[in-house]
Amino acid sequence: MKSITRQKSPEDIQQGLSGLDRVFIVGCGTCTTMTHTGGIDEVVAMKERLQEQGKRVTGFTVIPTACDDMTELAMKENGPAISSADCILSMSCALGVHRMNLYIGKPIIPAVDTLFIGIEDSPGYFREACAQCGQCLLGETAGICPITACHKGLVNGPCGGTNNGRCEVDKEKDCAWTLIYNRLKEQDRLDLMRKYQPPRNHHVTLAPRSLRIQ
Amino acid sequence: MSLKSKLESGKFAITCEVGPLKGTDITEVEEAAALLKDKVDAANVTDQQSSVMRLGSLATSGILINKGLEPIYQMTCRDRNRIALQSDLLSAWVMGIRNVLALTGDLPALGDHPAAKPVYDLDSVTLLHAIGRLNAGFDIAGNELKGKPAFFAGAVVKVDSDTEASMELQIAKLERKVAAGAKFIQTQAVYSADSFGKFMKRVAKLKVPVLAGVIPLKSAGMARFMNKNVSGVLVPEELIEKMADAEDKTATGIQICADLIKKLKPLCQGVHIMAIGWEKKVPSIIQAAGL
Repeated sequence: MKSITRQKSPEDIQQGLSGLDRVFIVGCGTCTTMTHTGGIDEVVAMKERLQEQGKRVTGFTVIPTACDDMTELAMKENGPAISSADCILSMSCALGVHRMNLYIGKPIIPAVDTLFIGIEDSPGYFREACAQCGQCLLGETAGICPITACHKGLVNGPCGGTNNGRCEVDKEKDCAWTLIYNRLKEQDRLDLMRKYQPPRNHHVTLAPRSLRIQ
Repeated sequence: MSLKSKLESGKFAITCEVGPLKGTDITEVEEAAALLKDKVDAANVTDQQSSVMRLGSLATSGILINKGLEPIYQMTCRDRNRIALQSDLLSAWVMGIRNVLALTGDLPALGDHPAAKPVYDLDSVTLLHAIGRLNAGFDIAGNELKGKPAFFAGAVVKVDSDTEASMELQIAKLERKVAAGAKFIQTQAVYSADSFGKFMKRVAKLKVPVLAGVIPLKSAGMARFMNKNVSGVLVPEELIEKMADAEDKTATGIQICADLIKKLKPLCQGVHIMAIGWEKKVPSIIQAAGL
C-alpha cells in the first residue's frame, strides 16, 4: 500500500512559492521515491530548477518515511538550513506535510498532489485499492472493491454502461461488476449478486476521521 | 386512465420522453406536451440527461401536469444525497407527480460539467427502497412522515448485452430492483424482437410489466453512432442499410419503428418511445404502429 502522488506543474509550484525566495526542499524515501515524484533524483532536479528560476535553495533532505516520527529528527538535523529558509517545499505526500507541520511553523508548500492510496499492479501502474470507507465489503464482492473499482462506487450491481466488460467512462478499464461477477462465479457464490446492500453509512466516524487505540 | 391503472389492468401502455432544455425557455416543452397529451399515457421527464446541466425534471414534470400530460419523473442518484432525493420525492408528490423512474445516472465526466462531484449516495436499488419506505410513511432513517405519498415506481434495464456476464448482471440487478419495489420496467432501446422475446422469457418470473424501449432511426449514421457509443444498443446491419438506401429517411425511420412496435407488442405490456428530438413525430409512429 502506498500513497500515490503526482507532481504539480512547474507553474503551480512557482505560484505556490511566490514571495518565498529561500526554499528548503524535503523529499520522501518511501512512496514518492517509488512513484518518482519526490525521491532523491526528483529533489535534486527540483533544486536545480528552482535555482534557475532565481530561488535560493538553503538545503534539501530526503526523509526515509516522511509520515512517521523520523521526520522530527530530520527537521532537527537540518535546523540551521530550515531556519534560514522562508518555507519548506514538500515533495512527500500530504501525510508528510501534516507530519512536518507538527515541528515547523514556517509555510510548507506541497510540490505534489496526493491522489489516492493504491497498489502497484504491474511495474509503473498504480491502482486505487481502498477508499478507507470503514465498512469493508470485500468478503461479499470476491475481493474486488466496488467503491474504488467502479467509477460510481455502486454496491448493488453495475449500471447500464458496460461495453464488452469495459466501463463506458474509460474503455481501457474493466467494469468492476463484471470482474466481481466472474470471480463470484469461480467461487460458486453468485447468490451474493442478488443480495440487497443498504445505503452506505457515511457517518462511521465523524469527519475528519480519527481513532484512539487504547 | 393513469399509467398505473393502465398497466395494472393489463392494457398496453404507451410512454414517450420529454427532455428539458438548457435555459428557462419552456416553449418547446409546452408544445410537446400539448401535442402528446392525448396520444400517450405518460411521458418520462429526463433528469440532466447525459450529465448535461439543464432545466430540472421536477419543474418540467410540473409543467406537463399543468398541460394535461402525465409525467414519469426521472430521478438519478448522480447529483443529490439521500436527504435531497427524499425531499424532492415529497415535493414531487405534493406537486401531483405520481410516477417515478429510479436511475443511477450517467457520470458527470460524460457531461458538460466534467469536474463536478459525483454523489451516488444512493443507487437505483436503494432509491427504489427509499421510495417504498416513503410510500409506507417513513423516511429511510426510520422517522415517521406526516402525510405519505403513494408513488408508482419504475426502473430500467438493458435488454441486449455483449457478454454473458453483462447479461447476467443486468438480470440480477433487475431482480434487485423489483425486490426493492419497482412496479414497472422500461428498457433500453431494442431493435430485435427475437432477442427481446428471449429477454422477456428470462424475466417473466418477476411478474412486472415491461415497456419495450424504442428509438426511431433518423439516419444510418445515427444507427452506427449508437452501435459504437451507446451501451446495450445494437441496431442490425439490415436496418442500417435500409436507412442508408431510403430516399425519404424520415418516413423510413418512422416505418421501421412502427414495424418493430408491432412485433414487440405481443411480447410485453407497453412501449416506451424515445424520440430524441423527434417528439413531434411520436403521433405518426403510434398511428403507423396501429396503437
